[in-house]
Amino acid sequence: MNLILFTFIVLLGFTSYYFGRRKAYTIQSTNKRLTALPQFYGYYLAIWCAIPAFIIFSLWAIFEPTIVKLLILSDYSNQGYLDDELNLIYEKTKALSRGQFTGEITPFIEASAEKYLSLRSIAQSSKAVIVLSIIIASVAYAYKKISSNSRTREPVEKFLKAVLFTASLAAILTTVGIVFSLIFQTIDFFKVIPLFDFVFGTHWYPAKAFVRDSSEALDPTMYSDTFGAVPIFAGTFFIAFIAMCVAIPIGLMSGIYLAEYASVKVRQYAKPLIEILAGIPTVVYGFFAALTVGPFLKEIGNSMGLDVSAESALAAGGVMGIMIIPFISSLSDDVITSVPQSLRDGSYAMGATKSETIKKVIFPAALPGIVGSILLGVSRAIGETMIVVMASGLAANLTLNPLESTSTITAQIVVILIGDQAFGDPKTQAAFALGMSLFLVTLCLNIVALRVVKKYREKYE
Amino acid sequence: MNKNKEQLLNKRYKAEKRFRLYGQSAIFMALLFLTIFIFKIFSTGYSAFQKTWLIVPVTFDAELMMLEQNPSKEDLKDADYYDIALKSMADLDPNANEDQENELKRMVSYFFEREIKRELLNDPSLIGKTKDVYLTASDDLDQVFKGNYPRDLPEDQRRVTDYQLKIFDQLVELGKVESKFNLSFFTYPDSREAELAGIASSFMGSIFSILVCLMIAFPVAVLAAIYLEEFAPKNRFTDFIEVNINNLAAVPSIVFGLLGLGILLAVFQLPRSTPLVGGITLSLMTLPTIIIACRASLKAVPPSIREAALAMGASKMQTTMHHTVPLSMPGTLSGTIIGLAQALGETAPLILIGMVAFVNTIPGSPLDPAASLPVQIYIWAESAERGFVEKVSACIMVLLGFLIIMNLFAQIIRHKFEKKWS
Repeated sequence: MNLILFTFIVLLGFTSYYFGRRKAYTIQSTNKRLTALPQFYGYYLAIWCAIPAFIIFSLWAIFEPTIVKLLILSDYSNQGYLDDELNLIYEKTKALSRGQFTGEITPFIEASAEKYLSLRSIAQSSKAVIVLSIIIASVAYAYKKISSNSRTREPVEKFLKAVLFTASLAAILTTVGIVFSLIFQTIDFFKVIPLFDFVFGTHWYPAKAFVRDSSEALDPTMYSDTFGAVPIFAGTFFIAFIAMCVAIPIGLMSGIYLAEYASVKVRQYAKPLIEILAGIPTVVYGFFAALTVGPFLKEIGNSMGLDVSAESALAAGGVMGIMIIPFISSLSDDVITSVPQSLRDGSYAMGATKSETIKKVIFPAALPGIVGSILLGVSRAIGETMIVVMASGLAANLTLNPLESTSTITAQIVVILIGDQAFGDPKTQAAFALGMSLFLVTLCLNIVALRVVKKYREKYE
Repeated sequence: MNKNKEQLLNKRYKAEKRFRLYGQSAIFMALLFLTIFIFKIFSTGYSAFQKTWLIVPVTFDAELMMLEQNPSKEDLKDADYYDIALKSMADLDPNANEDQENELKRMVSYFFEREIKRELLNDPSLIGKTKDVYLTASDDLDQVFKGNYPRDLPEDQRRVTDYQLKIFDQLVELGKVESKFNLSFFTYPDSREAELAGIASSFMGSIFSILVCLMIAFPVAVLAAIYLEEFAPKNRFTDFIEVNINNLAAVPSIVFGLLGLGILLAVFQLPRSTPLVGGITLSLMTLPTIIIACRASLKAVPPSIREAALAMGASKMQTTMHHTVPLSMPGTLSGTIIGLAQALGETAPLILIGMVAFVNTIPGSPLDPAASLPVQIYIWAESAERGFVEKVSACIMVLLGFLIIMNLFAQIIRHKFEKKWS
């Protein structure tokens, strides 16, 4: 039904475009000058046909279920049911009306199901009538307007501009969506677990917080010593640190080499090859770390008499470092290339060798940009998920030994939320609280890094 | 004095050489990692494209199949194939006791019944006759045949028994074991049994997610980019939008997964585990990438084009829609393809919205539960069975193949169609 109506609106839109344009030609044939190109008359009519109809259509889709539900449940309102029970009754009614109900059919529910069906059919037909009359009214209004040869291009362009503007709000909406999805669960979480315990507690065993029966009263003492996030934060930064220990020297040096030493030919091949590393999906790195690097490190460790866990922080961090190399190398390559040639020439004129020029002149000049690129790399390392989930442990140990297994914010979120979640359970909320802290940390890093890079660019432009 | 100077100069030259060497070795290291990586994936994965079959003589005994005289097609479909399947496996060793018969049965996949049935349905005249039928070998024997399984382990640490190995070796000697191209890897959905697991379900899931992602992200991103580049006034609000976009491009992907879970699933009640939700989540992630690419290529269109159009009396909107935007399309499209390639490789957000559920049917629409290729890699990598290791690598090869094709495509669009303004 909805689909038919929808297609109908679209078809009517096309027809009104055609009629609008024809009207323009008739006006033209009476030797009057048009105020706009003929197709604008068509667009004008089509917009007036489709947009009000779609607005009604979508408002209807949003409010119809709620209103029907209210009407159905008004029959039960004086009988002292709880909200949950009313919801159940409504679900039963809907299931029965679709003929999918399996259970005892009470006369009450049967009556409601009949009422539900009749309400639905009334709603459907009135929707069709209202939408169609709206279309007729607005098209008639618009047709009268174009008959008087009044302006059509300006309104059409204004409308298009409004559409463009709405699209540009998508980015803001996404950010708002992220904050909203995180904040409510996080606030609920901190109602049960004090912020202090979360930030400074050193024990993380979310498995202890089993799914609670909803009738049971909340007992905060039950969760004490369960959601202390210090080991998680420490693990996150520790693994990111290991990753940066791999990525910074290799990335920076290859960036410098590509920018300053490499011949055109080497640059032409080496740069895209290194960037392939950035295009490989992280789950592939995770598999590589878990299947190859982890056991390899364990073997080496065992041969040296060290006790290395197969899921060590070193394996995850090292592989993550490889993943970040191209980010640092291409960003610092860009930054170094944009240092003005005059600085180099000045340095060479004073007799400095190439490496001295790089170390003493170019590097200091490019430093802010390089720091920015490193910060972006750190932010990526902190937010990286699959490598840690697959290659590092899932138990949150508070350790600084790279050979043991540690866990990170992202890994814990996945561990908690994989499979079925019960919203309202502190364990699920904990994942959202972790997500919130992850979002905040990366947000700060990104803003600082982007600002530093931008400032730097402006300096040499 | 002179000697001192020379020494100093030598030292400086040496330092220069050292520095250069550092740079070269850094590049070398990065490329070495890449090579090891690719080599490792290919060397473990290529064998998954072969599948081991046991050729077993099957006697289509009408009595055992509970068939009447002159059965119709329907009768054949409903017939009981389990007994003849079991019997043909047991006949491999006439002296087998009951336990050994069980072991013989486990030498092939549990699809053996169906494979025998298919044979008869193809040729109903086989009733009462004996024919060699290809049966999928169990994944352990498959691995043994490919040489990936250590045969010298003690028997209690192996999943293949000595007895099975003995019979298997006899079959190999008789030439009754064959390795053929593994078509079922591409046509079967996921399965708990490694020898039957395929990527069809996750592949379709990926395709649906990417299509949903493209349909949402591309129009919104292009419209947003046009507004920001061509129409937006320079004010605080525009700056705010820009900060938002740049920041979204660097938000960890898992946060988008939380967004999908907390808003799309919890508030809008969209169906869990479906490519629809996956695609919407991915589209939010790809949005900034496409916006940034589209803005860059709009910016690259020289102002003279706009000025010429305006001088001919076109309105700002006409100039943009008829001239600037078409000229910027190659750059936008290649940016879109690169963004989609990123989305195709994304795993974490899809795990959070439940696309890790075990799906053993091939999804037919974006509203059916499905996995996606990267998630399939994760699921198989977490499974303990040896047979899945090569499947993971093979799945990675398929995924990387797609990414390479998409990136090449983006390059081609960029080089072929982009106008160079001098």
